[in-house]
Amino acid sequence: MCGIVGLLVKTPALKERLGELMVPMLIGMTERGPDSAGLAVFADPLPEGSRKLSLYSGLTDEGADFNWHGLTHALKDHLDVEALIDVKNNHAVLSFAVAPDMIKRWLREHHPKLHILSTGRTIDLYKDVGTPAEVAERYDFKSMKGSHLVGHTRMATESAVTPDRAHPFTAGEDFCLVHNGSLSNPNDIRRKLQPHGIHFDTDNDTEAACRFLEWRLREGDELEAALQRGFDEMDGFYTFLMGTPDKLALIRDPFACKPAVVAETDDYVAIASEFRSLAHLPGVKHAHVFEPAPEEMYVWKA
Amino acid sequence: MESLNFDLASSSLSDMNRFLHRDLADGDRRHVSVLNPDGAHNIAVGLNHPVTVEVHGHAGYYAAGMNKHATVVIHGSAGTGVAENMMSGTVHVKGFASNGAGATAHGGLLVIDGDAGLRCGISLKGGDIVVGGSVGSFSGFMAQAGRMVICGNAGDALGDSLYEAVIYIRGTAKSLGADAQFEDMTDADYAALAELLSKAGLDHDPKSFRRIASARSLYHWNADADQEY
Repeated sequence: MCGIVGLLVKTPALKERLGELMVPMLIGMTERGPDSAGLAVFADPLPEGSRKLSLYSGLTDEGADFNWHGLTHALKDHLDVEALIDVKNNHAVLSFAVAPDMIKRWLREHHPKLHILSTGRTIDLYKDVGTPAEVAERYDFKSMKGSHLVGHTRMATESAVTPDRAHPFTAGEDFCLVHNGSLSNPNDIRRKLQPHGIHFDTDNDTEAACRFLEWRLREGDELEAALQRGFDEMDGFYTFLMGTPDKLALIRDPFACKPAVVAETDDYVAIASEFRSLAHLPGVKHAHVFEPAPEEMYVWKA
Repeated sequence: MESLNFDLASSSLSDMNRFLHRDLADGDRRHVSVLNPDGAHNIAVGLNHPVTVEVHGHAGYYAAGMNKHATVVIHGSAGTGVAENMMSGTVHVKGFASNGAGATAHGGLLVIDGDAGLRCGISLKGGDIVVGGSVGSFSGFMAQAGRMVICGNAGDALGDSLYEAVIYIRGTAKSLGADAQFEDMTDADYAALAELLSKAGLDHDPKSFRRIASARSLYHWNADADQEY
C-alpha cells in the first residue's frame, strides 16, 4: 500500500500556497505510507541553457553535515563552473548554466555516494525515509511554491526502505512518477530497456515504469502515446501519477486495483489515493469529485 | 423523535461508532447525522438497530459495512466496500460508489444514485442492489442470490460465474462473463424490477431492462472441458 497526492493550481495566486495546501494531503496519506515520503515540485523554468540537480547527501558519510559550499567551490576550481546551491538539511538544489552531463560525471567521480534525485529546468525533488510529517518538516514542504506537484507516501512491498527507493522516481529531465501498487514484470521491462543504454539506480519496480515511460517520451512519443505503450507493456497493479514541466498525468491499471480520487474546482485539480487527503482543500465541498476509470488517461495542463 | 449530531471535525469516529453500538437500546429508531465525514473509513459499520444515519459528505472505505436493520444515507460518495456483507436494512449512496459496493451482501437494499466502480455486488448472497448509473467490470462476479439492477451500462465480464442471482440491465454490457446469458423477462421479473425501482425512487420503465442470469453450465464439473476447444 502507498499513498499518492498531486496538486495543480489554475489560479496564479495559489502558486504561492502550493506547498501549504499540499502538506495536509501528504500527511493524510500516512496510514497508507508511513515509511518514506517524497515530493516533486514544478516551478517556473530556468533559462534555456541552465539546469538544476536535486541532490541527496543522506547516503554520504557526512549526511546532513555535507559540505555543500565546498562542493560549489570545487566545481569552480575543477570545471570552472559557477553553481548556486540551495540547501535544505541533507538535500540541496544545485543550479548552473552548463550541460548537466559534465556536472553529473564529475559528481559521480568525486562524490559517488551523493545521490542525484532529479535533473531539469523545472523540477525540484525531495525524498527520504520517515513519516510524511517528518519528511515534510525536514524539507519545509509547506513553503514550496510552483504550479504543480507530485507527492508520495510509501509502505514498501517490492524493495527495501531506503531514501533512494522512496518515490518520486525520475528519469531524463523534468519527468517524475509515483506509484501505488506493484508490477509483476519489472524485470522484463528492465531487460527491454538495458540494451538501449538505460541505467537503473535501484532494484525498485517503480523505477522500471518510470524509465520506460521517459524512454518513450524521449523517443518522440506524445505523453498519451507513451501511456498507451505503458498499458501494453506494464503488467501488475498500479495507479501512476506523473509530472512533466506543464502537466500532471494519471493512469490506473485495467483492474483498478489501487485507488484514486480527483477533486476539481476553478482554482485547482487535486488528486489523492483517498478523499480524506482532499477534505481540507478550500471549496472542496463544491468541487467536482470523481474516481478516475481504469485504463483511461487523465492529463491536466498547468 | 430525538435527533443527534456527530461532527467528525471535532469528535472521533470511534466515539460515534461506539455510541451506535453500545448506547442504543433494542429497537432504537433515532436519527443520527454525521457531519464532516471527510472520507473517514468505517463510518457506521456493523449497525444492529433500526436507526437512521445520515452522512453529510464523502465517506471512506467500508461505510455501513455489515449493516443490520439500520438505514444509512450517504449524501456524497462512498469509498471501497460500501455496505459490504450487509445483512438487512437500507444503504443509499447519493453520489458515486467505489469498488466492491455491496460485496457479499446477504440481505437489505443498497441504492447508488451515481456510478459504481468495479466488482459491484461481487459474491452477492441475497441482498438487492440498485445502481442509478453504470457499473465497472467484473460486477456480479460469482453472485449467489439476490438481485442487481443496473440503470446504465456495465464494464467487462458482467455476471461472470453467476449462481442464482439475477441481474437486470437497462444499458449495455461491454461483455458478459463466463456462463452469464441474457434471458427473456417474465411477469415475475417485471414485478420484482418495478418494486426495486420504486424502492430506489427511480421511474424507469421496467420494460426497458433485460435480464441476465446463469446458464448453469458451470454447475457440474466437466472432465472433458480441455477436449472441447
